[in-house]
Amino acid sequence: MVTVIHPNLEATDAKMNAKDVSVYYSDKKAIDNVSIEIPSKYVTSFIGPSGCGKSTFLRALNRMNDTIPTARVEGEITLDGEDIYRSKMDVVQLRARVGMVFQKPNPFPKSIYDNIAYGPKIHGIAQGKEELDEIVERSLTRAGLWNEVKDRLSDSGTALSGGQQQRLCIARAIAVDPEVILMDEPCSALDPIATAKIEELIADLNGNYAIVIVTHSMQQAARVSQRTAFFHLGQVVEYGRTSDIFTNPLEQQTQDYITGRYG
Amino acid sequence: MSPAILLLLAVGLGLAGWLVARARAWAFRSNADNGRLAALPTYHAWYVALWILVPLGVFIVIWMVASPHLIEQSVLASPAAADLPEFAFQRDTLLREANAVANGTANAVFNEGAKPLVEPFREAIGFYNLIGFLSTLIIGFLCGTWAFLQLKPDFAARTRVEKTVMAALMLASLVAILTTLGIVVSLVFETFRFFGMVSPIDFLFGTQWGPDPMSNPDNPDPSRFGAIPLFWGTIYIGAIIAMIAAIPLGLMSAIYLTQYADQRLRAWLKPALEILAGVPTVVYGYFAALTVAPFIRDLAVAVGISGASSESALAAGLVMGVMIIPFVSSMADDSIAAVPQAMRDGSLAMGATKSETIKKVLVPAALPGIVAGIMLAISRAIGETMIVVMAAGAAANLTGNPLEAMTTVTFQIVAMLTGEGSFDHPATLSAFALGFVLFMVTLGLNFVALRVVKRFREAYE
Repeated sequence: MVTVIHPNLEATDAKMNAKDVSVYYSDKKAIDNVSIEIPSKYVTSFIGPSGCGKSTFLRALNRMNDTIPTARVEGEITLDGEDIYRSKMDVVQLRARVGMVFQKPNPFPKSIYDNIAYGPKIHGIAQGKEELDEIVERSLTRAGLWNEVKDRLSDSGTALSGGQQQRLCIARAIAVDPEVILMDEPCSALDPIATAKIEELIADLNGNYAIVIVTHSMQQAARVSQRTAFFHLGQVVEYGRTSDIFTNPLEQQTQDYITGRYG
Repeated sequence: MSPAILLLLAVGLGLAGWLVARARAWAFRSNADNGRLAALPTYHAWYVALWILVPLGVFIVIWMVASPHLIEQSVLASPAAADLPEFAFQRDTLLREANAVANGTANAVFNEGAKPLVEPFREAIGFYNLIGFLSTLIIGFLCGTWAFLQLKPDFAARTRVEKTVMAALMLASLVAILTTLGIVVSLVFETFRFFGMVSPIDFLFGTQWGPDPMSNPDNPDPSRFGAIPLFWGTIYIGAIIAMIAAIPLGLMSAIYLTQYADQRLRAWLKPALEILAGVPTVVYGYFAALTVAPFIRDLAVAVGISGASSESALAAGLVMGVMIIPFVSSMADDSIAAVPQAMRDGSLAMGATKSETIKKVLVPAALPGIVAGIMLAISRAIGETMIVVMAAGAAANLTGNPLEAMTTVTFQIVAMLTGEGSFDHPATLSAFALGFVLFMVTLGLNFVALRVVKRFREAYE
């Protein structure tokens, strides 16, 4: 099956480009020949029923599937034209450029400060304490968390509320100044108020980073993203501007999913 | 009559009750309108059987304790006992002898004075055997009948049987706890006796150890009961040398096993490591004494340290460290494995390498569990006996030189209890005071370690 691309999708400069990507777990094919572009200035959302492979594909974009011994990736994924699987690009550098936020907030059991400083430290970004302080403050401010935590930076990151933890994780990802941020259902463990804050944050970050978000909530996809890809059974059925996908789906399957007939 | 026969009788009665009750329950089932009982027939059967077995078990235990006394009482009341000597020791010897002949464990009396007592003993034994047998029958029958009369189609036999089973399980767990309590009580009792002879200050803070089991027990020399060299030897060997060996090796093997080894390797490496924990400590002991200690001495001599002892704290400590590796590594392994995958992914997704993730995220996150494992290992090491008995020596040296012989609390407990001193000699009793101190320290370590582990578990749930 070939992905249907909406005709009025204007050309943008692509940050990442996937071409004929297949992902296997042992012999099971989880992603089947997906080709898609991740634009550099927009939020792209991946929607689709559970088990359709959207998280697997997301994890292929920063090689997080490498941590699963049975996983195997075929095809070509490029970041700024450079193949992330076969070129000389180191996985450490790749992940510094392509950050990730997970479904469940996973702050390290360290202080709030050390959570943010973790990335800059391992990548040697900051020169000295002052610069590190600056990065921590800037990242937390960007993530909209600074005012809430500035007086208790030495408290444990795990002591924050769920929503704050997730914003801490976003701040942590921002701290290494990535080009792409991958978000794997970042709000699925949060209440509606915390969710609204994260969505606001995504809107704020939009334009500075290429953001890819996997979500089960179609309202969320509609609210935060400008591009949407509909995944089904390991394939991208339809890809286009979010407004087109939601108001004028070309495929029956997409129509069925967004109107809630299955999924 | 031996208790075995009474037990057999009880089991027989129980079996009879079981069969009768089950037959009765089957009859209920076929007679009832809807063929339904409140409990399955087997539960009715067990209900009756338990009502027979439990009271009889209690009775037989009481009877085993009481009947010898009853027999003796009745013999003492007989006219033949009138010429028994007054002196309790002689009298008991005669009574025991006559009893042995009467119940057939001895062929003839050795002491003439015991002869007239044999016949009264025989009579008394016969009489009380009959009483025991009849009592068993009557109690079993009465209890069984009472239980049997309770059976009705809607009788909730299952809940009662299950309650009994639960009570039995609780009793089983109580045994362990009560044993611990009993150990503490007996230790405390003997320790106080010891402290009545030697002041705790001299014991806990004195620096000379050399109790003489042959000295006058009423006037012990408190300056020979200073336990500091033993405490130092214990800590030096068990908590310092052994841990210097065990902590890095255990931690590194845990990290390798959880993070680097592939599944197949791990599947046989981990059990292989755990075999170390199953090697009898006496085997480690002679390994330390016959292989490691001479090697260390030769090495020390070769590098020019003269006067290295063939029994050394270093040898004992190193071998103990190897013995402890599985304790450290398996606790560290569990704690590292318990750190959520999300934490690992979070770090890797930041672009951290595997070793950065281990150093900066996994080990710090698992640290409470690792520390708890180390504390358990220390408490295990300072209580270890065989290795130090065989390899550390007996000299109570207060020194920091690992090449010298040292002695430990456990070694001295063994030495004092197996020495020539009488049992109420302060030198022997000092073993209890040492044991008490050791028990308290290990108890404290275990307590703290378990609390730490518990809090650690809660943190990730």
